[in-house]
Amino acid sequence: MPVEKREMIERLQKDILQWEGYRPPPVGTRNLVGLGMVEAAFPNGVFPIGAIHELVCGSSEQAAASGGLVTGILSVLMQQGGVCVWIGRARRLFAPALALFGVEPHKVIFISLSKDKDALWVMEEALKCPGLKAVVCELGEINFKQSRRLQLAVEQSRVTGFVLRNAADKLGSTSCAARWQVRSLPSADMDGLPGIGHLRWQVDLLKVRNGQPGSWILEWQEGRFIPVEEITLTEERQVG
Amino acid sequence: MPKRYMVIVFRHLLTDALALRRLELKEAPFVLAAPVKNRVVITAASPAAEQQGAFTGMAVADARAAVADLVVVDDTPGKAAKLLRLLGLGCIRYTPIVSVDLPNGLILDISGCTHLWAGERGYLTEIVLKLRKAGFDARAAIADTPGAAWAVAHFAVSRPIVESGAQAKAIAGLPPAALRLSDEILERLQKLGFRTIGLLLSIPAQALRRRFGKELLLRLDQALGRVTEYPEPLVPPVPYVERLPCLEPIRNAPGIAIAIEKLLSAVCTRLQAEGKGVRKAVLKCYRIDGRTVQTGITTNRGSHSVSHLLKLFELQISKIEPALGIELFVLEVPKVEEMETPQEQLWALDKGLADTSLAEMLDRVAGKVGSQTIQRFLPAEHYWPERSVKAATSITEEPETTWPMQMRPMRLLNPPERIEVMALVPDNPPKLFVYKGKRHNITKADGPERIGREWWHDSGEHRDYYVVEDTDGQRYWVFRSGYYDGGDAQWYLHGFFA
Repeated sequence: MPVEKREMIERLQKDILQWEGYRPPPVGTRNLVGLGMVEAAFPNGVFPIGAIHELVCGSSEQAAASGGLVTGILSVLMQQGGVCVWIGRARRLFAPALALFGVEPHKVIFISLSKDKDALWVMEEALKCPGLKAVVCELGEINFKQSRRLQLAVEQSRVTGFVLRNAADKLGSTSCAARWQVRSLPSADMDGLPGIGHLRWQVDLLKVRNGQPGSWILEWQEGRFIPVEEITLTEERQVG
Repeated sequence: MPKRYMVIVFRHLLTDALALRRLELKEAPFVLAAPVKNRVVITAASPAAEQQGAFTGMAVADARAAVADLVVVDDTPGKAAKLLRLLGLGCIRYTPIVSVDLPNGLILDISGCTHLWAGERGYLTEIVLKLRKAGFDARAAIADTPGAAWAVAHFAVSRPIVESGAQAKAIAGLPPAALRLSDEILERLQKLGFRTIGLLLSIPAQALRRRFGKELLLRLDQALGRVTEYPEPLVPPVPYVERLPCLEPIRNAPGIAIAIEKLLSAVCTRLQAEGKGVRKAVLKCYRIDGRTVQTGITTNRGSHSVSHLLKLFELQISKIEPALGIELFVLEVPKVEEMETPQEQLWALDKGLADTSLAEMLDRVAGKVGSQTIQRFLPAEHYWPERSVKAATSITEEPETTWPMQMRPMRLLNPPERIEVMALVPDNPPKLFVYKGKRHNITKADGPERIGREWWHDSGEHRDYYVVEDTDGQRYWVFRSGYYDGGDAQWYLHGFFA
């Protein structure tokens, strides 16, 4: 009986996932965005496309590191051609840096706004546009209601949204699929050569809806993410 | 329909206008004068002054000798053009196409307008009487060509209306100056004894060209209608206009939205048939208090979709103030674009920047927060970081060069911020730096990468850039401005790496 019960519970959980919009991936399409181990933390082991991800950035340095991770993911999303929109404060992002992460900077439309209210309006409009691959938005703060609106917008269009939250001190709950934190780590020596090695980050998944939070170290090498070593923190599973 | 033109000539334009403003000058002999080569020369003379012998082109000193009580007023250059523009705008009630003919005339394209005044005679009388009543000494003539009308208006004594096709007969008796020729040619014609245009008409064109050049033949052909002349209209006609008069004044937002939708569907049906799309549209609302409020939209790509354009206008409705009510809506489309008909696709391919939904989204964003906020960058061939990107001019513009693959920071500080630095050896990267009161100990560094200033753009020091990493693993882009020079090298932080 307990075996049957467990099977039934598993089947029901799968059904619930499907109703919530997480489709099991077709066979042979794992590792969709090149994040390696990190993707296993998500439901079905697939990075959720067509969802909102929030990245917590406490400082300019963290914002730059988060920008790097997002750009690396964008490069995979935009592989088959496609355009994305980057909403931010006036002239902060330096476009040529995107080329290092494999994104053609002229395929990115920058919208510079100074008010969160405008940025949210523009982000919602952009997320509704099926001609886009992804929308990145730098915000001060986002509340649950606003994130819910964004989530509703992407459910129709299957555009992936990234929110870079700059006000890290007050972290209200949101309806985002995942909450990330990216911090720079000292790069490793390259065979005893002087100078800076490959870019290295500590990537934390603080919250994952229906998934397993964790912490990883990633490096950017020759146009893709390479996991350095796995430190999976077994935290209690968070739902919602 | 055959073209008909009317030329109005103001024989005393400047003096009439002045007499209207300064009533004491009305009957007095007065002239306008401006200095030319150390002499003060008359540029315009009033009718009274002309009667007593003071003419345009005379030196003021000579005129004073002839007319004892001559009043001399300083001439302001460009006054005639301003006056003619205003008079021309006033004439738009008679025809939409009015052009200014410097120094003292107006050319009206009156084709199809005269029947409202019971024929050309009534039309001409109406305009001339109106202008004379206003205080301007105006004369007018109507002919098939602007050239012939000009000749008759300036030089003929009677019969201001030239029948269709009778230009040659009408101008035959007029002097050659009626052809708008340069002084040099007029002088030569005078010497050869050509007193009237009629004498020229009988001479073969080849002989005229040999002796007087192309200009004479061109003016002759323009007057006779063998060459078409296109005067430049004062108000360029807008090709796509829709009007919607309202029986009751409209005062609320839903009413305005309905009006806009009606206008848009009319314009879009026409544009769709012609394969064109709106790039810019202007909505003018005429209110019952006599004021006009207008608002406009622009699009990134031509569009003739009513629903999309209506969405753009809906963002603007809140800016329209109806006050007591709007009685007339006019939608003008000053800028259209050819649209390629999209081929039906069996499966949707990724169209990238050419995607219609993307262009429509950007239009909405531009309508809400302004088009200056939307930017797309292309690589520019400059090493200087601030100049290494340029804004793209259109949504589909492709880069001319490839993107550089040097290490560049994710975020750039603009302008660079001063930092306090400690470096062991002048040419070494810094050992530590202080930014916003926080000390960063540097463990690793790459560089220097020297970027020289482009002396043809601006002057100043070159920059030696270093990529540095502190003990926390945070990576920065710092530079020293200029050479290390006796201890006071200036260091700046310019960006953050991912």
